[in-house]
Amino acid sequence: MDLLTMILYAVIILGALLGAVTYAILFERKVIGYMQLRPGPNRHGPWGLFQTIADVMKLLMKEDIIPTAADKKIFIIAPVLAFVPSFAIFATIAWSENIVGADLNIGVLYFIGISSITTLGVLMGGWSSNNKYSLLGAIRGVAQVISYEIPLVLSIIGVVILVGSLNFREIVLYQESIGMWLIIPQFLAFIVYMISAIAELNRSPFDLPEAESELVSGYHTEYSGFRFAFFMLAEYVYAIAISALATTLFLGGWLGPAFLPGILWFLLKMCFFMFFWFWLRATLPRARVDHLMGFGWKVLIPLALLNIVITAIIKVWMG
Amino acid sequence: MSINTEEMILNMGPQHPSTHGVFRLKLHVNGETITKAEPVMGYLHRGSEKLAEGFIYTQFIPYTDRLDYMNAMTNNYIYCAGVEKLLDWEIPERAEYLRIITMELNRIASHQLWWGTYLLDIGALSPFLYALRDRETVLDRLNEISGARMTFNYMRIGGVKWDAPDGWIEKVKESVKVLRENIAEYDELVTGNEIFQARTMNVGTLTKEQVINWGLSGPIARGSGVDIDIRKTEPYSIYDRFDFEVPVETKGDAYARYKVRIAELHQSLNIIEQACEQIPAEGDIIHKKGARIMMIKPPAAEAYTRAEASKGEIGVYVVSNGKTKPYRVKLRRPSFVNVSILQDMLVGESIQNVVAIFGSLDVVLGEVDA
Repeated sequence: MDLLTMILYAVIILGALLGAVTYAILFERKVIGYMQLRPGPNRHGPWGLFQTIADVMKLLMKEDIIPTAADKKIFIIAPVLAFVPSFAIFATIAWSENIVGADLNIGVLYFIGISSITTLGVLMGGWSSNNKYSLLGAIRGVAQVISYEIPLVLSIIGVVILVGSLNFREIVLYQESIGMWLIIPQFLAFIVYMISAIAELNRSPFDLPEAESELVSGYHTEYSGFRFAFFMLAEYVYAIAISALATTLFLGGWLGPAFLPGILWFLLKMCFFMFFWFWLRATLPRARVDHLMGFGWKVLIPLALLNIVITAIIKVWMG
Repeated sequence: MSINTEEMILNMGPQHPSTHGVFRLKLHVNGETITKAEPVMGYLHRGSEKLAEGFIYTQFIPYTDRLDYMNAMTNNYIYCAGVEKLLDWEIPERAEYLRIITMELNRIASHQLWWGTYLLDIGALSPFLYALRDRETVLDRLNEISGARMTFNYMRIGGVKWDAPDGWIEKVKESVKVLRENIAEYDELVTGNEIFQARTMNVGTLTKEQVINWGLSGPIARGSGVDIDIRKTEPYSIYDRFDFEVPVETKGDAYARYKVRIAELHQSLNIIEQACEQIPAEGDIIHKKGARIMMIKPPAAEAYTRAEASKGEIGVYVVSNGKTKPYRVKLRRPSFVNVSILQDMLVGESIQNVVAIFGSLDVVLGEVDA
């Protein structure tokens, strides 16, 4: 791939992602709205289509407030640091057999490694705000993400052992070759992945870092305007990224009946995951910190380890 | 090895989403564990008791609406009942029934709102909107009879202000059916939820002794195994004519209080149903003198009456010196008494539990600060 195509690809993905986030937010608000017996946003444009655009415009035009007591430099860097990796991980996603940014051999590792950087942004944002609620939110966020990163990675290892590759394209091609999606042989891993993914994303019922009824707004309490938008953006881009990863690993990526092109199948499966997360948010109360930690370390990690052992045995047995 | 950390003082409120108004908690925290809690109140103080001394008896009724604005009917009632006790008036039959129906409807609305906001505190979004939808049914009925949705100003000394509009009783019967279904939905959606149970079970446990020593009342007392409900133990108005149960749980945690309130919703519906059957088709709605005289002059005496509000035992102590204005009105506000135990309950808990515990007490700040 030459430089021009690379830049072009990056720009297209960025644009597409921003558009996707815009409509993911609308999608979420509509889904939750209908579940809560109300129509959701419907004032701006037909079916509320311009609602998020209006919201973003508002955030852009807001006054840029930095609290006097805040650590200015870190306060400014934090949202950027949270956002950039969330976008960078899209480089390796294989949207369809041919559409892939960087066909890395260590795609999965890259994805996980880069996505961890966001936690730093959260910690820096919470710490530099010099606000007690922000600090508590940031500490919760970091503790949670670190605890749940382990079962997340361990659950992916099962897939990697089975496939024998860290490359996203090869993972999907493997699923094509064995004729079934990996959700069937790796069901346990799928469950562990889904639960830890929710915690990774700080989404309900594990949205402790920004538990509004306890911590006002968590680590981004002091952020407003576009810096706040960056945190929000990072959060939604991650939701999309984790959905994309789940699609690739467990639901056969772009595979599907031939009447739709591969990329559409990919996006449809992704939307299913997004919907699942919105659905949970509308239904469940928030878990408690100690329960969350206990569940992660005592239930999910052993389960994920068990899955690795079983997968390894199957792999050896099959040859 | 232990690491020494500095104690942090976290100021929760007066502007905090989970303090339900302007309540402030000074929390001394070590990490997320609370070592000391200081409740600070008074941000909504309006001097209601003192104001009463400047008004003639009837004029104070709208002020009682603004104490516990979630349960204004019972406040209306208790003040009127206090003055009626001084006057020794007989209340017309129909008025008594209208009072019971409106008070129980209001109790339902109050518990529904509690249910919604409590779940919102715990982090579930949808129950709040379900609760508000169902509360609307109740508020519509109350609006039709009193002309207001929250601050009813419906009761008068000697009876009630308005008679029920045509067909209102039938509408109430219909609403009871709708509400029964809706409340069953609450159970399906929330009560069995694992996360909800994990959040509320064994959280904020109160022993029977604590409840009695602190004078707590209402669902909090009944959640800890203290079987006290003024409607049953000391029936006022015409509560002795209805067949209903007093739900009691023994565990004393937030979940027990939740169960008590949900069960009370069903019992209130039972009472309303029976009252709608028994209510005389017509008759006076206010005592003859009450309808005619504005300037009520009770004889020089004092009286204390109490009733079961949705938050607990509400009482009013009226002293008359034979003039047109009360000499003194003292209000026993259940929320004010119930919130007093908070400082003991919170020590050793985490910040997340603060919200779950404070919410489970069901405190209304209008009533705490009066």
